[in-house]
Amino acid sequence: MDSVAQRLSAVGAGAALELRGVTRLFGALAALTDVTITVRPGERRAVLGSNGAGKTTLFNCITGDFPPSSGTIRFFGEDVTHFPPYERIRRGLRRTYQISALFPGLTVQDNVYLACRGVSRGRFSFLRPGQNDALMHAADNLVQAVHLSAVKDQRVAELAHGQQRQLEIALALAGAPRFVLFDEPAAGLSPTERAELIEILTSLPAHIGYIIIEHDMDVALRVVESVTMMHNGRVFKEGLPEEIQSDPEVQELYLGGGHE
Amino acid sequence: MSLAHDARLAVGRATEAQRAARTWPEINNPAAWAVAAILVIMPLIASSFFLIEIFATTLILGTMALSLMFLAGYGGMVSLMQLTIAGFSAYMVAVFGVSGNANISLGWPWWLAVPMALALATAFGTLGGALAVRTEGIYTIMITLAIGAAFYYFTNQNWAIFNGHTGINNVATPRFWGVNWRADIPFYYIVLAVAAFCYFAVQYVVRAPFGLALQGVRDNPRRMAALGFNVNAHRIAAYAFASFIAALAGVLQVWNYRQISPGSVSVGACIDVLIIAVVGGITRPIGPFIGALTFVLLRTFALDFLVRLGLDGNRFRLLIGLGFLAIVFWSSDGVIGLWQRWRQHQRREVSRSGRGRGHG
Repeated sequence: MDSVAQRLSAVGAGAALELRGVTRLFGALAALTDVTITVRPGERRAVLGSNGAGKTTLFNCITGDFPPSSGTIRFFGEDVTHFPPYERIRRGLRRTYQISALFPGLTVQDNVYLACRGVSRGRFSFLRPGQNDALMHAADNLVQAVHLSAVKDQRVAELAHGQQRQLEIALALAGAPRFVLFDEPAAGLSPTERAELIEILTSLPAHIGYIIIEHDMDVALRVVESVTMMHNGRVFKEGLPEEIQSDPEVQELYLGGGHE
Repeated sequence: MSLAHDARLAVGRATEAQRAARTWPEINNPAAWAVAAILVIMPLIASSFFLIEIFATTLILGTMALSLMFLAGYGGMVSLMQLTIAGFSAYMVAVFGVSGNANISLGWPWWLAVPMALALATAFGTLGGALAVRTEGIYTIMITLAIGAAFYYFTNQNWAIFNGHTGINNVATPRFWGVNWRADIPFYYIVLAVAAFCYFAVQYVVRAPFGLALQGVRDNPRRMAALGFNVNAHRIAAYAFASFIAALAGVLQVWNYRQISPGSVSVGACIDVLIIAVVGGITRPIGPFIGALTFVLLRTFALDFLVRLGLDGNRFRLLIGLGFLAIVFWSSDGVIGLWQRWRQHQRREVSRSGRGRGHG
């Protein structure tokens, strides 16, 4: 079997996401150094690494929350390095946040409706949605898909933590996502909720690729086909889940508490 | 006709009514109907002093404060320039329309001067907003206050257009269809119609995609960008909408006093609008009108009250200031916050006593 690295090098311009030499500095601190990653359309990949490895910064550079200090980012062949976040989202990129970033003053339904509206026309519409509004139906379906129909008219501030995490995922699946970045979606979930999360992730349509940051190896390795291991802001290893799991250097890093 | 058919009809009507109630929460509120009825028959019960000096003035100030409430309550942007936009609109009505200062006023008929004033004031507010959205929190307050102060000093010193500190006097008011629309009763109804229009426009828009997205921007701008929204464009559009409301109020104000001078756009007046909105409550569009009524009543009657106590009557601001302090200390969501908590308390009492009887 080819190694993932070999398979990826053959992909080239057909990549869903292509990072070349991405570096992000915070003052003198380099949170990311010369990161080069290529992900195929529909590929599902885990990013592992200890705290401070640069995983969330990687996501922030990809979505444009923080632009990279140098390097280029291509999304389905298009150079999006200097695009504001909303332009990247409108092209089919999505993300979730490690700490739920929801709209606590609005209802579950309104949260999901906003997500659907954000990636379609009429963001500035002064007309209220009617009964047969297509986006309202889309929002209903999404609410159902993440098992929140029972609480759809409740304000988000009143939801339990697990429900907020599910809503977080629903917001990232609105519209027609082509690639999703999941930032620790299982954080703080109960075992039952974790099983539900795995079910949601594995039942995503095959053309939707994603990168998932997840500390829980049991979750991460069940929902991905490739793994990128990061350490100190650099890509440390790439490979299949089994390769990474059995790699002595990786084991050293994880078991040794993240020290070299 | 079959029973089943009747039942279906009834269900259809019920959901129709429910939807209407969601769209307009006032429909199921008897207090709202009572207030609306009183406002409509007001000319029958109020003297012309009360009609204009109290109620029309309240509605005009309330509409200005409503534009601030929309930005602050739904957009999280405290703009101190809303009165300035209203004042700019008032000046433009005087400059383009007919006034006693013939060397300045262009003498356009009101139906040309008013749309021009509304358009220019909305553009002014939108430009100011475009500056202000680059900042957040206290810096937004500072920038909008700076715009307000700059406009005040500019009007004081510019004689070519704003006629310096004397301002523009004897501004003409509309007369058509044989009606003098500045006569007390017609004017009251114009003011009431505009205030009601603005109130319901805000109520409607906050449930429309634009208003929902604005609340999303207030709660979490970064996430809104990650959902595909251009956050700053949304904020600027909110300024445009609020500026149009303020501009409408400005037209009414210049017709009310028939003159406009720098005193009407002073920094103190800008802050009065903030006080009105905060005292009334910035969580709901009715708040600014309650705040305005409180403010106007105090301004009008505190003088007599203070004189009776042996104090200087001009110290009515002392009462307003104390009231403001009390509100900020004890009810950060204003008078409507106090009212809501009182209502909740009442409801809890009722349900508790009801349960008590059931167990006994």
